Amino acid sequence: MQYQADVTIELKSGMLDPEGTTIKRALEHLGYKTESVRTAKKYTIDLQAENVQTARETVEQMCQKLIANPIIHNYAISLRELQ
Amino acid sequence: MSIGIVQFGGSNCDLDVLHVLKDVLGVDAELVWYKEENLERFEGIVIPGGFSYGDYLRAGAIAARTPIMNSVKELAESGKPVIGICNGFQILTESGLLAGALTTNDYPKFRCEPTFLRVEATDTPFTSKFKKGDVLSIPIAHMEGNFYADESTLSSLEDNAQVAFRYVDKDGKVSDEANPNGSKENIAGILSSKKNVLGMMPHPERASEEILGSKDGLKILESMVEFISKK
Repeated sequence: MQYQADVTIELKSGMLDPEGTTIKRALEHLGYKTESVRTAKKYTIDLQAENVQTARETVEQMCQKLIANPIIHNYAISLRELQ
Repeated sequence: MSIGIVQFGGSNCDLDVLHVLKDVLGVDAELVWYKEENLERFEGIVIPGGFSYGDYLRAGAIAARTPIMNSVKELAESGKPVIGICNGFQILTESGLLAGALTTNDYPKFRCEPTFLRVEATDTPFTSKFKKGDVLSIPIAHMEGNFYADESTLSSLEDNAQVAFRYVDKDGKVSDEANPNGSKENIAGILSSKKNVLGMMPHPERASEEILGSKDGLKILESMVEFISKK
């Protein structure tokens, strides 16, 4: 089966996000007041797997071994079957 | 005795390190392309600075997963000295050889300037030529040098004397002003638990000759060479 995973990587809460802070300031220049702006990265991964569970386990391993750095990141996986 | 300098695509301080080891210290040193996996002929390894793989994903993340890093791990486990400078430090944390992570500078800009470092540990293969508390002038050049580790990791680094260098002012005092990147506890360099792996953001090879304005960095590489020749 063909699956598509959206992997979202973000800094753990409490960690400094200088890019987010800069964007927050720029929004203020435009007149928008925000509580906070935090950045995240999204990776879209297409893969073949026997079933949805195997696909999820594989992407989970990819996150732990490479895509995220568990010391500083949280990650979320959203998975769907492609027709 | 030979020291290997690992080259990845995007390494750019490799030739400077080679110059200092060969021409300044007169040591046998050799560049090693990352596809080579046999490092048995080397008594020590330098992972130089640069922008390996364009800093894709995270600084050092891709280089840390190349097969040569498994050989570097084996070499480190055997007790031989490994030093990672700048991007080399990022590669060592990403590969798990050193604790913590290096994230974007608190003021997110590339900072290339001289810094003062205080020597915190002298019982190591890289700092034996210093006295504890010595203040060195060695430049930095990075945008992701903000050392981060959780509280328990930080306290174990302190307890085991694994902090090698801290950013300080010219009088050797730790302060926020002297911290160029927001690193926790002003940490500029750390050691592995066995002390034979050092990662540091400042560039000792750029402070190794009179003409460069400082020779303080040379002593780090000299200490490493002396450690190897005494073994």
